Amino acid sequence: MSKYFAKRIGMALVTIFLVTCLTFLLMNAVPGSPWLSEKSPSEATLAALNAKYGLDKPVHIQLMKYLGNLIKGDFGVSLKMQKNRAVTSIIAEMFPVSAKIGALALTWAVLVGVPLGCLAAFKRGKFTDSVLRVVCTLGISMPSFVVASVLLVTFAGGLAVLKIFPTIFDPALGWRSYVLPCFSLGFYPMCYTARQTRSAMLDSLNQEYIKTARAKGLKNVKIIFKHALRNALIPVITYLGPQVAFTLCGGFVVESVFSIPGLGRYFVQSIQNRDYPVIMGTTIFLATFIILMNVVVDLLYKVADPRINLTKGGE
Amino acid sequence: MSEQNTDKKLLEVKDLHVSFFTPAGEVKAVGGISYDLNYGEVMGVVGESGSGKSQEAYSIMGLLQSPGKVIGGSITFEGQDVLSFSKEEMTSFRGSKVAMIFQNPMTCLNPVYTIGNQLVEALRAHDKSISKADAEKRAMEMMEMVGINNVEKRMKQYPHEFSGGMRQRVMIAMGLICHPQLLIADEPTTALDVTIQAQILELMKEIQKKTKMGIIFITHNLGVVADICDKVSVMYAGKIVEQGPVDDIFYEPAHPYTMGLLRSMPRVDAESYERLIPIEGTPVDMLNPPEGCPFAPRCEKCMKICLKKMPPYVEVGPNHRSACWLRVQEQMNKEEN
Repeated sequence: MSKYFAKRIGMALVTIFLVTCLTFLLMNAVPGSPWLSEKSPSEATLAALNAKYGLDKPVHIQLMKYLGNLIKGDFGVSLKMQKNRAVTSIIAEMFPVSAKIGALALTWAVLVGVPLGCLAAFKRGKFTDSVLRVVCTLGISMPSFVVASVLLVTFAGGLAVLKIFPTIFDPALGWRSYVLPCFSLGFYPMCYTARQTRSAMLDSLNQEYIKTARAKGLKNVKIIFKHALRNALIPVITYLGPQVAFTLCGGFVVESVFSIPGLGRYFVQSIQNRDYPVIMGTTIFLATFIILMNVVVDLLYKVADPRINLTKGGE
Repeated sequence: MSEQNTDKKLLEVKDLHVSFFTPAGEVKAVGGISYDLNYGEVMGVVGESGSGKSQEAYSIMGLLQSPGKVIGGSITFEGQDVLSFSKEEMTSFRGSKVAMIFQNPMTCLNPVYTIGNQLVEALRAHDKSISKADAEKRAMEMMEMVGINNVEKRMKQYPHEFSGGMRQRVMIAMGLICHPQLLIADEPTTALDVTIQAQILELMKEIQKKTKMGIIFITHNLGVVADICDKVSVMYAGKIVEQGPVDDIFYEPAHPYTMGLLRSMPRVDAESYERLIPIEGTPVDMLNPPEGCPFAPRCEKCMKICLKKMPPYVEVGPNHRSACWLRVQEQMNKEEN
């Protein structure tokens, strides 16, 4: 087991290194600079700013320097959006906001999506299955800003009848302001989870051990949730692992629509503003998170299916 | 056979019809079969693939897969009409009164739960009051009974840590844990290699002697039938073509299909120059079964009437009946004399 972890950590470091280099080079290949705004500063000011933050040097020298700092745990400071504030402190402030909404969104997505998938598989070809299929296809093909807008129009006063929830996210308003963002953020993963669960369940419901379970005289609930579901979990876990990282880091669209001060929105804004250290910091944060989730997924495979052996080629 | 209850019927199947409603049309998988099984009796059901032998057994358990349906006839188990059971009654009937073991032990156990878990679950599904510790104790007793050693450790293992023969033993233990009156064994030895087959058969015989339960043994292996069964039903194209005590079937077969089956089976006492004789032709297309006797197109003794009308059953001996026009003819000749 310790050998497995050593291997995984080694691979993770290589991946993060490659992600860092690639992002750094691509980011610099994009035209523009952090200093551009409506009033362009003078040539002299630009030169001075570039010199101050080391942007005047060739890209590979900048990269070396960035990597050197990274090893020391220094992610640099924001160049533009929150000038001179440490990137780590920005992430530390914004991530919890996104993570809270993301965690709530995914929780409902899984708690609803998995049972719905089971139901659809059990009732395959029947009316319930068709209805669920339509809903899930809709959820997967509808962009989240459409979902968010529909919700805003319907439940936040757009029709001037129902004004149950606020249009703008404000933690001071309590649970009410969480409902719409969490719903719109979780709708896609819910539908996707339901579909994944359905197809995996169809497969496991056809296995011989289900026949054995029925021959034993078990009740349907037990057959579905004990015998079939556990065997259908692998593809669901595979999907949900990285999805946890993405959702907890915040969805740009949902955070923009509801004006949530979260990491997802901030990340996209940092790219628009060429706030290089913020782009790098958030990218590395997200990459690390995804890698971590993949390790968690591996460990969960082992929990779901005892035949899986992580130490022997369990990649 | 057990001493008590020999005259009492455990299971009575009458004119059972099972059809599958496929997009291509109705497939009459089982076309009106009847038989009785007494307490403690072992009946072999022999027939080739697609002869409906498994579907007939599944309908007793209420395990027919959609689009299969029982469309006629009756199944009476210990005086109860099985086909009129509600869903709940059927669920509690399965496993407690009738157990089933399947062909492929490699895929019949759930790979993600321990053997102990699956055994205990079978018991507790029907006996809600039993404590977990008692259930585990009982599961271990069952495992010992089917010849598994080191049960305490084995209980905590997963199916992939068992060999095929061992898994079939577990399946048998699981089937018997609630003391069913009837065990349906659907080709339980087909997927095992020959030495293991013999062991499993030996085990089943031994258990049958001990528990006096009835067994329906579905197989296409006549050797297995001779070994374990009291009586045999030979099925062809969804119909029982011959039925009788095991010795009569082997020594005085009364249907050309049974004869064909026997000739195509290797025998230890055969002379070296004797060759196995296959049954010519292909099995019936169940979507368009022929008029008359389904075996007629492959039968070497086929007569004109065979192609037109299904023969009735003729008693050719005590408890031995056959559906063949040849036997009808013989009987008519006898009556004339």
